[in-house]
Amino acid sequence: MSAPTPKPTSPLGEMTGPGRFSLVGHALPWLVIAAFYFLVDDYLGLGTQVMIWVLFALSLDLALGYAGIVTLGHAAFYGLGAYAAGIFSIHVSQDPILGHFFAIGVTALFGLLSGALILHTTGVTFLMLTLVIVSIMFEIGNQARGLTGGDDGLQGIRLDPIFGVFDFDLWGHTAYIYTAVVLFIWFVIAWRLVHSPFGRSLDGIRQNARRMRAIGTPVWWRLLAIYTISAAMAGSAGALSAHATKFVGLSVLSLLTSGVVTVMLILGGTRRLYGAFIGAAIYYIVQEWTAQISPYFWEFVVGIMLIATVLFLDGGLMELGDRGARLLGGRRRAGGGE
Amino acid sequence: MFSFALTILLDGLSYGMVLFLISVGLTITMGLMRVVNLAHGSFAMIGGYVAGYLTQHGMNFFLAVGAAVIVSGLLGAVVETTVYRPLYRKGELAQVLLTIGLVFVATAGVTEVFGAFPYNVKMPEYLTQPVDIGFRTYPAYRLFLIAVGAVVAAVLWYVIDGSILGARLRAAVDNARMARAVGMNVNVLFTGTFVVGCGLAGLGGAIGAGVMAMEPSYALKYLRLFLIVVIVGGEGSFKGSLVAALALGVIDTLGKYFFSQAASYLLYAAVFALLLWRPQGLLPAKSAA
Amino acid sequence: MSAPMALSVRGLSKNFGAISVAKSIDVDLEAGARVGLIGPNGAGKTTFVNLLTGFIRPDAGEISLGGERIEGLKAEERVRRGLARTHQINTLLTEENARDNVAIAIAEREKFAWRMMRCKPQWRQCLEEAQARLEAIGAGAIGDRRVSLLPYGQQRLLEIAIGLALKPRVLLLDEPAAGIPSSETHLIHEALDRLPADIAILIIEHDMDVIFRFAKEIIVLFQGAVLMRGAPADIAADPQVRAVYLGRTVV
Repeated sequence: MSAPTPKPTSPLGEMTGPGRFSLVGHALPWLVIAAFYFLVDDYLGLGTQVMIWVLFALSLDLALGYAGIVTLGHAAFYGLGAYAAGIFSIHVSQDPILGHFFAIGVTALFGLLSGALILHTTGVTFLMLTLVIVSIMFEIGNQARGLTGGDDGLQGIRLDPIFGVFDFDLWGHTAYIYTAVVLFIWFVIAWRLVHSPFGRSLDGIRQNARRMRAIGTPVWWRLLAIYTISAAMAGSAGALSAHATKFVGLSVLSLLTSGVVTVMLILGGTRRLYGAFIGAAIYYIVQEWTAQISPYFWEFVVGIMLIATVLFLDGGLMELGDRGARLLGGRRRAGGGE
Repeated sequence: MFSFALTILLDGLSYGMVLFLISVGLTITMGLMRVVNLAHGSFAMIGGYVAGYLTQHGMNFFLAVGAAVIVSGLLGAVVETTVYRPLYRKGELAQVLLTIGLVFVATAGVTEVFGAFPYNVKMPEYLTQPVDIGFRTYPAYRLFLIAVGAVVAAVLWYVIDGSILGARLRAAVDNARMARAVGMNVNVLFTGTFVVGCGLAGLGGAIGAGVMAMEPSYALKYLRLFLIVVIVGGEGSFKGSLVAALALGVIDTLGKYFFSQAASYLLYAAVFALLLWRPQGLLPAKSAA
Repeated sequence: MSAPMALSVRGLSKNFGAISVAKSIDVDLEAGARVGLIGPNGAGKTTFVNLLTGFIRPDAGEISLGGERIEGLKAEERVRRGLARTHQINTLLTEENARDNVAIAIAEREKFAWRMMRCKPQWRQCLEEAQARLEAIGAGAIGDRRVSLLPYGQQRLLEIAIGLALKPRVLLLDEPAAGIPSSETHLIHEALDRLPADIAILIIEHDMDVIFRFAKEIIVLFQGAVLMRGAPADIAADPQVRAVYLGRTVV
């Protein structure tokens, strides 16, 4: 590849970094979500699940994709959010919005505290610490039966109508729209976050933490901030899942949950935000399709996809799309080749 | 009281020896190649299933275990040369993802072939019976595990500490770039070490199936135990992994006897604290801090 | 009392085990100083820079920046108080373009970098200043280019531009000309000549041409201690210094 010639970009190249996106590109996923609601009424439950996973993957993208925090512990936040929302509705109040905020607050606090303990470590040690945190959470979830229901799962979640108006109906209309709205709000927050100076500094930390310290960046504090935000977001996804299904299974706290969300993110492509959408959707489609062949075939396919992505496709499926577009139109993303 | 304590000790040691057999390959490859390898348990699992299949079809237990070691080792050779090589230059994330992918593939493959239920490795009669060890009878199988583990540890100790090969290995763990610079064929060393590590994992999986039962989720279920051994012992530290594995075995057994409820999180909490206190592990292999 | 020194170091010491890598070093830089730091390999130059910038903790000694004690502060806090450095080996953000590299540093300096919501005007401000700074150092053309694709000499220029963008009181240049092909050294010479007059600069360099061209005063470091301090001409003529560089120990 030849070096690109210096060229003047749009007014001082406001966004030469990740995520330069056309209006059509922006509208497409949301149009799909809206169209799905009207066209595929029978599968609203599935659609809701996919959106919840999108949100979860989005939260991981902030920590792992942008800030380079390689963690296997995000299931702890997702699961904690789910249990917090479920337990809140059983023991405190059946108001879904209140419960949702409670779950977000609890996971944010947990993210802050656990992050403060472990974020000074790096590499394998950090990875292990996240793994251990998930394991501890799983054991607590398993053994505090009185509170969590143990491995039978948390049952008996009841919810009031949202704002006292929109009841969680049996067909999942309300849950679908509620999830879509929450996802949209978080997406806007994430989008603004990663394109803010704060987001740029995170991107810098991922590339070279030493350099960032040399320009005066308080690296630890920045990482702690994004870790907390990411935790809150994952907790929100967990709360949505508890509310939408009125059930929390112990598996939300399992290592496999961390694995699955990472797979989704990587499949779709990190540091693109919309990668989470594509990854989660593809994952579900593959799972549905392969499960018909054999109940365990999907695990095999997901494994192969992971290996292939790492070996042959560094940027995930969105990168594949970009490459295709480049081949077709001969265009390149601003800021030079990836 | 004394005999009870000794029983727990023996239970813990035999369990720890299985952990050691499986983890020692992982600790050396992680120290040597700097790869976050989450797939290591898969090789133990495959060894266990191979031994299980062969013994169930009438093969002698020891021959079956030998076959398990060979299959795991060969598989290790194939995987190292094809998928792991490109990984050495990539970041942790890529390594985590690819090796998790391998775990998924192995799990699905095993489920497809052998079914989703626990799979039995048939032991010979004399191993399943209790023997008299003076103050009480004790399962011969557990004593067998301790013996095998001790023999393997002694051999490894001799090789790593006493031979030229071991000296090269230690030099390469200490500084791979330097080793390459003085003309060591690091690729061969990597593949060889990886194969031996996988073979040992296969051995541990096969003979340890009575302690850690074979099932498709094996590779993921016990992953954190193997990693704890590696990290607590210190990456690349053979002695560290022996100490850590035995300690883990005894502590876990103790915990199960006395605090069956809280055992697992006490263990994890201890590991958590230890990692924060000494991120390099108990007996780090690297000379430089 | 006169105005405080831009940088004042007293009794800075550090041992690694039995090896003493910094032996009670005293150094003063006044505002606008141009001081070269030389010494044979292993004299402790890089250790000294790491001690100053906070990447290594000293065993003893004081460091003051503009009269304020900083030896207890973390590396990034020292930077925010006006002690910047460039690195011997490039530590640029290779996935960004050159202008963004500078702009990120400016955002940090202006404390925009905690802003979590998009704030276009401030970021644009950062980009404009970044471009201006690149032009000031004679590298205006590289603003849009991805750092990983820049020639080495240009990367070194970018390092200096980032250091300056932090508006430091003291700038430590760690071998700014190292590894640059001779065809590009003039770029560095020109950039050094254009450095703002009020910043105190300590330059560490193996290339004696660069040092003698640039420095008004030279400090010779040997075995972790200051061997001599003086004008370039005196240093060049000094028999002790010559002996050190020829590898003989001076009694």
